[in-house]
This record gives sequence, structure tokens and C-alpha cells, in this order.
Amino acid sequence: MSRGQLKATERITGGGGPGMHGQVAQKPMSFGPSAKRLLRRLAPQRAVLLLIVGLAVAGVVLGALAPRYLGQATDHVFTGAVGRDLPAGATQEEVVDGLRAQGEDRLADVVSGLRDLVPGQGVDFDAVARVLLLVLGLYVVSALFAWLQGLLLNRLVNRAVRELRTDVGRKLNRLPLDYLDRQPRGEIMSRVSNDIDNLAQTLQQTVSQLLTSVVTVVSILAMMLWISPLLAVIALVSVPVSMLVASRVMKRSQGQFVAQWRRTGQLNAHIEETFSGHELVRVFGRQAEAERIFAEHNEGLFRAGFKAQFVSGLIMPVMMFIGNLNFVLVAVVGGLRVATGHLTVGEVQAFIQYSRQFNMPLTQLASMINMLQSGVASAERVFELLDAPEQSPDEAGSLPAVPGGGPSGEVRFEHVSFSYDPDERPLIEDLSLVARPGQTVAIVGPTGAGKTTLVNLIMRFYELQTGRITLDGVDIAGVPRADLRARTGMVLQDTWLFEGTIRDNLRYGRPDASEEEILQAARATFVDRFVHSLPDGYDTVISAEGASLSAGERQLLTIARAFLADPALLILDEATSSVDTRTELLLQQAMAALRSDRTSFVIAHRLSTIRDADLILVMEAGAIVERGTHEELLAADGAYARLYRSQFAAPVEEEEVA
Amino acid sequence: MLLRLLRGYLRPYRGWLLAIVGLQFVSTGAMLYLPALNADIIDGGIAQGDTGYIVRTGAVMLTVSLAQIACSIAAIWCAARSAMGFGRDLRAALFHRVGSFSAYEVGRFGAPSLITRTTNDVQQVQMLAYLACSMAVTIPIMMVGSVLMALHQDRNLAWLFAVLIPALFLVVGAVVTRIVPYFRLVQQRLDRVNGVLREQIQGIRVVRAFVRERAEEERFEVANEALTDVSLRAGRWMATFFPLMLLVVNVAAVGVIWFGGHRVDAGEMEVGPLTAFLSYLMQVMMSVMMGSFMLMMIPRAAVCADRIGEVLDTETTVHAPERGVTDADVRGVLEFDRVDFSYPGAEQPVLTDVSFTARAGQTLAVIGSTGAGKSTLLNLVPRLFDATGGAVRVDGVDVRDWDPGALGSRLGLVPQKAFLFSGTVRSNLEMGKGDATDAELWHALEVAQARDFVETLEGGLDAAVAQGGTNFSGGQRQRLAIARALVRRPEIYLFDDSFSALDLATDARLRLALAPETRDALVIIVAQRVSTIREADLILVLDDGRIVGRGTHEELLADNATYQEICSSQVTAEEMS
Repeated sequence: MSRGQLKATERITGGGGPGMHGQVAQKPMSFGPSAKRLLRRLAPQRAVLLLIVGLAVAGVVLGALAPRYLGQATDHVFTGAVGRDLPAGATQEEVVDGLRAQGEDRLADVVSGLRDLVPGQGVDFDAVARVLLLVLGLYVVSALFAWLQGLLLNRLVNRAVRELRTDVGRKLNRLPLDYLDRQPRGEIMSRVSNDIDNLAQTLQQTVSQLLTSVVTVVSILAMMLWISPLLAVIALVSVPVSMLVASRVMKRSQGQFVAQWRRTGQLNAHIEETFSGHELVRVFGRQAEAERIFAEHNEGLFRAGFKAQFVSGLIMPVMMFIGNLNFVLVAVVGGLRVATGHLTVGEVQAFIQYSRQFNMPLTQLASMINMLQSGVASAERVFELLDAPEQSPDEAGSLPAVPGGGPSGEVRFEHVSFSYDPDERPLIEDLSLVARPGQTVAIVGPTGAGKTTLVNLIMRFYELQTGRITLDGVDIAGVPRADLRARTGMVLQDTWLFEGTIRDNLRYGRPDASEEEILQAARATFVDRFVHSLPDGYDTVISAEGASLSAGERQLLTIARAFLADPALLILDEATSSVDTRTELLLQQAMAALRSDRTSFVIAHRLSTIRDADLILVMEAGAIVERGTHEELLAADGAYARLYRSQFAAPVEEEEVA
Repeated sequence: MLLRLLRGYLRPYRGWLLAIVGLQFVSTGAMLYLPALNADIIDGGIAQGDTGYIVRTGAVMLTVSLAQIACSIAAIWCAARSAMGFGRDLRAALFHRVGSFSAYEVGRFGAPSLITRTTNDVQQVQMLAYLACSMAVTIPIMMVGSVLMALHQDRNLAWLFAVLIPALFLVVGAVVTRIVPYFRLVQQRLDRVNGVLREQIQGIRVVRAFVRERAEEERFEVANEALTDVSLRAGRWMATFFPLMLLVVNVAAVGVIWFGGHRVDAGEMEVGPLTAFLSYLMQVMMSVMMGSFMLMMIPRAAVCADRIGEVLDTETTVHAPERGVTDADVRGVLEFDRVDFSYPGAEQPVLTDVSFTARAGQTLAVIGSTGAGKSTLLNLVPRLFDATGGAVRVDGVDVRDWDPGALGSRLGLVPQKAFLFSGTVRSNLEMGKGDATDAELWHALEVAQARDFVETLEGGLDAAVAQGGTNFSGGQRQRLAIARALVRRPEIYLFDDSFSALDLATDARLRLALAPETRDALVIIVAQRVSTIREADLILVLDDGRIVGRGTHEELLADNATYQEICSSQVTAEEMS
């Protein structure tokens, strides 16, 4: 019930929302270099990136200009509205003087501040139309640019993510196996799925916003300064205030979120335990106790979650309040400035529009920082995987061609030493052996003796420290891995099958096998019998969960798969350990058929299955301590004999006990 | 299903929800009042040149802003409270429901899936509940309010909204209906991409052994390409959505100035309302944007809600009786009376016509190959499943009539997978008997051959046990699980292949120590190793769910073909004789 077995949609995550996956790092080690490298991956062609930036800047600047002109249209209307009620024929100065003479000083101020005022004349709709057409044009072109930029960026990001996935997929096949062995599978899975997902989401959601937000802030600032430096300063004061408040709130909510995740973790652990041990909980009547503990954790999560949600929810209203304060200040100060003739109504209106738009991208930028950090942290982890050292390139040598019908498959170990970590004591030390063509070599010994390592070396899954291994006289390190492995077949304890039909799985080692060959292999390995009882026969799809097949049946399939591949050299690594003894008998027959005429290496924990081997190697602590046939070794009365007695003497000993 | 969950589990928070509506009403109202006040500044202050009026109105605006933030913070408080409460209640309901499940329902969903449904899926739905509480209420108020306030400023420009709002809805509707299916596809194909990768990592040795790297790369590339394709399409709609929305609203703003300008010129409207009108327009757009954001979250939450609903709607197949039997006259008698069992919907029965009777003092063993139905047979006794035909009787009473607690106290199960709970050695053993003394615990450990290693642990009985017992070896876990059953001193012991992780010597010592302990009890052992069950009083040989042989080891060895086959696969002929 490891996490790896869950479907991707059912992944357990530590918290809600993107970037909160339990296994995704939250903060990058070094933000700068990783971010830069990400950027480089994003834009292999600089021209497209420049075009996107250009479009974004143009779109935002044009959009930012529009309110200014819209304000001018308002001014025309306002001027017209004031002018309409003034006596016709008089000049602006005459009207102002007249008003002052009447003691209407304030109104005089307003009128004197109006440009293009023609007393007695209403709104100049020609002028308004001209301005509005310009504004309309600005809006349309700006939207067009934004749209184009969005489309291009979408392509860029998706292509980059796709290439990243492809690179990671390829990398997996080039990594040395010991790299994959050294870290937990879940860790690698998390890098290739959770981290890339998180990264893709970050790129899709932040890159575009980041770009436009920054440009928007800059261009709006410019526009505000242009209209009124005084008001701009007032509006700017709110920037550090909002930043400060936002970061304060964010910091507090971060703490609350940590508490929430901790609580979530506790609750999830309890749920996991109770559900996994469900039958025990029932049989021992522990349901009430389990529910009591659950209620406790659940209540704790509720409290922590409520606090986290509330504190983080404060950001929006607080930012809105600062925006409103700003709005009030601009309205009041702007109003006073208009009244004294320093500004026009349209300019205040434009300014209000600007200051509203000013706070939004700032808030967005603040909230994007978290996401960006988590995204770059993921990128870092993916890059780490991509940067891992690869297995050495293949040499150009070749194995001797198999002479027609003649025996082949002689394997020779010459003073082989190996360890996963060069600094540690070798796992296999100065080991030499010869397996003649067609021989069955059995390897026995306690767990950790190096049995699996030994056969893995034949497949060249790992590189030797010293010594060499030859196949038919050729050093296997001197030929391409693919050529070597094409001559070998492997059946493992782990019954790995991929999601596909039974036929495709059988054909895995030889994609061009004919139907007749498939059936022949299936019959020889007892696969045919149970396949016939399946609803779709050989077309039955094996699902990832593999619920439809028993462990024994899966094991038979892996044997048939190796049989069909028809290798010169066969490796069976505890191929029957997961099945009961009766099924094992069947498997033994299947494997006997598989072993005939081939050099085979067999690792088995039940000694009864290997007593007819041509050569039995007893391994302890990386070295061969005994070698010989079953009879020879029993006669020698050494390690093998002890091992043999411990397996078969049990019933006798037990009768003494009973 | 999403709606049903929200309706059902938000019901207790109706009061809070009402408060949210009220608070958001005030808050949104205040928000909407600000542009109107600004219009006053323009008309009453600027146009008249009355600076005092400007400052006074400014003070009013400040007060309104303060009221606004107070209300909206209070609303968020209520929303967080109801949404988190909703999540808590839903989780509790799920946990309770799963607790009532039999092993069949748990197996059908799979424990990992049930865990995800109770944790992650609830979190997703809870998130939507929060958004619904905080935003879904605000959006309509904001929209209707904006329109009303705008109309209040000038009724004759109302037709602008009549054009604008349907236009916005059209854009949102068109984009959301197209984008949501893409989102779903993206999720599916993402699962596929990750599935292929997972397969490749797990099967990396096989992939390399069969030299299939190139083919696997191609398989991955196909999945990757398919994902990129839908992701691009979804992204294209997203890239269209926001510029289009903005354009619609901006065009409307231009319309306001043009048509409003004419009304101002005609003396039917002042300039202030014109600017207010623009502000309201922006508010409408904001609320529509927020709404569409929520709409896009719904599909994901709906999938989670469906999965939650599936669990909540599943009735357990094993029901406790209304008033169960709590005691019986006899003790330690187990009877299977023509018992059949098959999983719901399965063609092949797992058990067919199984009958036997066993009494206290006896040892009954069940043997057979993998999938023969041994564990199922055992699981029928504590009612992890219920028989589909015939009856299982403990102490003469059908297990279905027993009070679950009373039945459980008569049984001591040691399951195949030795599962320990996090806590201490003591807390695990006390599962068997809550008030056991230290002496009892140590005695049980001694019998189970666990005393030695528990004594060397730091803290002894109070040594910590990690979740799943991962800080103990398989053999140690199994011995602790046996001790747990022993502490209870039940009438019937059920050992489900419980000795498999022990080496043969420990196995033998344990069974020797066990004999006097279980003298007055009935012991049922399911095993694969013949050596484990040789001395049983009665051995049942199970094949394909039927009893194909019964008798002692010697009797069966003499005349039962299946038993002989099992034995000969484990020991060679000369050693058997």
C-alpha cells in the first residue's frame, strides 16, 4: 500500500492547491541559477521570447494609455457641460473675470482650469468622437497583442514542458542502475511526476502573469506620474504599505499553514493506519477508540485549518481596504486640485482608474512569489535528475556470431570485484568461475551474500571495479549493452508486466514473434491453460493493479516472456518465491523446458529445486565458499550441507518437540 | 453529488451562512457606495468649487471603507468557519462509514483509495466550499448591486448593461463550456503519462534486460504528445479568455462616455455619475471574472465529490443485529453448516458447501493452495464477511445474531499480515484486553517467543511502535501479533498463516509453548507448510473452495491425493516416510 501504487489522481497530498504536494520541496536551494536555467529551457529560440516580451509590453502600454484618453473625452464632456450654461460670445477670460466680480471665486477657479472652453457652446462631439475612436483603437489593438502574446506563450510553455518530460523519460534509460537503486523509488517517481506537474503548473500560471504584472506596474506608474506627480506620490505611499501588510499577513498565514499541514499529516496517518488495519480494528472491537482518536485529530485540523484559512483570507479585504483608502485620498486630493484648477475632472477619473489597476498586479506579484519558489524548487529537483551521471557509452565491439546449431553461451568470471560504492568493502571480491555452454549453474546462500548482484553483473547492469566477465570469449564491457542483453533472458522475483494485452506482454522480448511462436511458448510454460479461462484470451488487458491475475499466473507470464525471447543465456532470480508449493511444481516444469540447451544461472531459496544443477555455487559475503554438484557438496558436509539440513530436517526436529 | 454534499453538510452552518450573506451585503454595499460618493465629490464639490464639501465627503468615504473592511473580515471569519466545519463533518462521516464496512467493501475500494477519498478528496471539496461561502455569495450581490447603483446614477443608460451583461455571460459560457472538458482530458492524459513513467521505473530491469529502451521511449512520447496536445488547446482558450473579457468591458466603457456625453449635453445627466458608471462597470467585470474562476474549479471538485459520494452511498454487507446475543451456554464450539460464500457479482463461489464442527481443546487445521479459500473461511468467523449460504455458528449461535462486541471477545485473530498500530508495545497488546496487568502482558510475550527481544528494547513494554510496526522485523511483528491475541485469552484462536515469517526453530518453540495456553480453547490454523499442522486433531484440505479431504496427517497422507501432492511438493519422498 505504498504511495507508488496509488493512481496519480488519488495521490495523497499534504495540503490543497498547487505546490503543496507532500513530496514537493517548498523552497529551492539556489533560486538564481535554477531559475535562469529554466528560462533558458523555456526559450531555445530567443526571437520568439523577444517577440512575446515585445507583444506583452506593447499590449500593456497601449492598454495603460487608454484611460488617459478616456479621461480626455470626459474632459470634453465636462467642458461642454460647464460651457453650455455660460453666456455665448464671451471669451474664457471674460467669463472668469465676470464670475470673480460676482464673488464666485471657486467656480472661477474651475472655469479657468478648463482647456478649450468656449462659453455658450455645448459638448464638442466631434472632438469626443475623435478621442473615443482613438481609445477604442487602443483597446482593440492592446487586446489583440495580449491575445497573441498569450497564444505564443502557451505554445512556448507547453513545448518546454513537453521537452522536459521527454528529456526525463530518456534520461531514465541512460541512468546507471545503481543510481536508481540508491534512492527510494518513490523519490524518483516524485521527481518525474509531482515535480514536473508542479513545474508545468507554475509555468502556465505565473510566467504570463509575471510578465504582464511587472509591465503593468511600470507603465501605470509612468502614466500616474505624467498626470500628476503629487497624486502619484500619494498612490505610491500605498505601495510599501500594501507590500508590508501583505508580507506580514503572508508570514503569519505561512505559520498557520505549517500547523495545518502538520495536523493534516497526523490525521492522515491515523486514517491510513485505521483503514489499513481495518479487519483488526473490527475483530478487536476498536472502532469506538479509533473514532475517538479520529475526532480529536479532526477537531485539531479543523481549528488549525480555520485559522490558516482565515488569516490567509485576510489578504484580499486588507488589500482592498488599502485600495479604497487610496481611492478616497485620490478622490479628495484630486478633487481639491481640480477645484484649484491644477487638474481636470477627466484626469482625476483616469487617475482613479489607474490606481485601481495599480494594486491588483502588486497583490498578484506578492501571491506569485510562493508559487514561483515552489516551482523553481521543483525545477531544481528535476535538473538534479537530468544532471545525474549517465552510464558509460557503449563500446563498438561485437559478440561472435552464433555458429549454426552449435553450443554457445560460455560465461567466464575472471577475478571480478565489485561494490556499489567504491569507498566501501567490495560486495563481490576476486570471484572467478566458468559456466560451460548449456550448463545450469545454481547459486545459493543467505540473504545479502551477493547472489543477485552476481547475476546482475552478467547483464552488465553494473560496471566492475576490477576483473572481467566474458561471454563466448568476448569481454562484455567491450560490446554494446543491447547486443549483450539480446542474448540473455531474465526472469525475476518481481513479476513486472506492463499495462497492455497478454499477447503484447509475451511479445515484449521479441516484438516480431509470430502468433504460432507465441502459442508455442505459452503452451510450453503452462500459460496457455489459464489464458483460455480469461474472458478475452490473449487479448485480455492486464491492468496496473493486475487484479485479474494471481501471483503465480503473473510469474508464469514472465517465464513465457523469457521463453519466447529465446536467449542463449538465461537468468532466473528467485523466480518462484511468491507462489505456493503446488504452483511451484508447475513452474519448475516450465522452467526446466526453458533451461534445456541454454546456459542458465538459477538463484533459488528452496534447495529442492536446484539439486540437479550441473554446478552449485554457495555464496557467503560476496565470495564463493563452495562449489560442486549436489552430491559432492553433501558429501563434503560443509556450508551447503548445513543449509540443506536446515531446510529439510525441520519435520524430524518437530517430532522430537511434539 | 457535489451539490448534495454541499447542501447536506453545510446545513448545520446555516446560521453562519446567513450571517455571511448579511455581512457581504453590507460590505458589497459599502464598496458600491464609494464610486457614488466620488460622483458627489465631482458634482457637489468640484463643479461647485466647494472644497469643504470635498473634505466632508472624503470623511464619509473613509467611514464607509472602514465599515466595508470590518464586514468583509467578519464574513471571511464565518466562511472559514463553515467551510472547515463542513470538511470536518464530511471527513467524520466518511470515517464512520468506512468503520462500518466489512472486509469486502474495504477490499472493493482498496484501503489506499479509501484513504485518499477521506483525506485529499475531502480537502478539494472543502476548498470549493470555502470559495462558495466567501465568493459565491459576494458575486451575485456585487453584480446586482453594481447594476442597481449604476441605474440609480442614471436610468437611461441601463440598456448598456442590458447589452454588456449578456455579452459577458456569452464569453464566459463559451469559454468555460469548452475549457472544462479539456481540463478533464488534461487530467486523464497526465495520469497516463505518469502511469507510463511509473511502469518504466518499476520495470527498469526488465526494460533493459529485453533491450526495450527505444520502444519504451516511443510509448512515453505518444502519451506525452497526447498530453501536450490537450494542454495546448486548453491553454489557447485560457489565453483568449482574459483579453476578450477586458475588451468587452472596455468597449462598454467607451460606450458609457459617448452615450453619457450626449445625455450630459442635453442637461439630463451630470458628469459625476458618468465616472461612477465607469467604476460600476469595472465591478461587474470583476465579479464575472471571479465567478468564472469558481466555475473552473467546480469540475475537479465534482470528481472528488463523486468519489466521496460512492463511499457514503455504500451500505455494508455485514450488519450488526438490533439486539445481539451476549452470552451462550456452551464455550469454544465452532460450527460451519453447509456454508457457501461468493463475492457479490462474482461467477465462481469462493467457498462451496463447507461443513465441519470443532470444539474446545481441539486443533483444526486448514490447508490448500493459494486461492483455495482458506483465509476467506477464517474471515467468516469474526464476520469480516458474511456467508452467502448456510450458517457459521459460534457456541451454537449464528454469528449474525451475536452482539459484535461479545462475539469479538470470544475470538483471537492473528492475521496473515502482522499489522501493528503506532503507539507502544503495551498499547498494541492492550488491544486484546484493555485492563491486562503487566504480568499478563509479559506472560503472553513469553509464550509468543517475544519476551527476549521486547526486554532488550528501550522502555520494554513502553517501547515505541512506528506506524505499521516498521521498526520491527517481519518475524517480530508476527510474534507481537500472536501475543496480542493471547492477552485476550479467547475461546477460539484463529491463526491465518501466522507462522510463515518465523524460522523453523522459533516456530517449533512457539507451538510447544502455545499448547498448554490453548488447552481449553479451540485453535484454528490456516497454513501452507505441512510441518506446521502435522499434529492437528483434524486437517481440512481445501481445493477450489470445497473440502476435498478431512482427517489426521497420517490418514490424509494415506488416501488423499491432493494432500499427498501438497506434501510431496514440500518434502521429498524419502524424507516423508
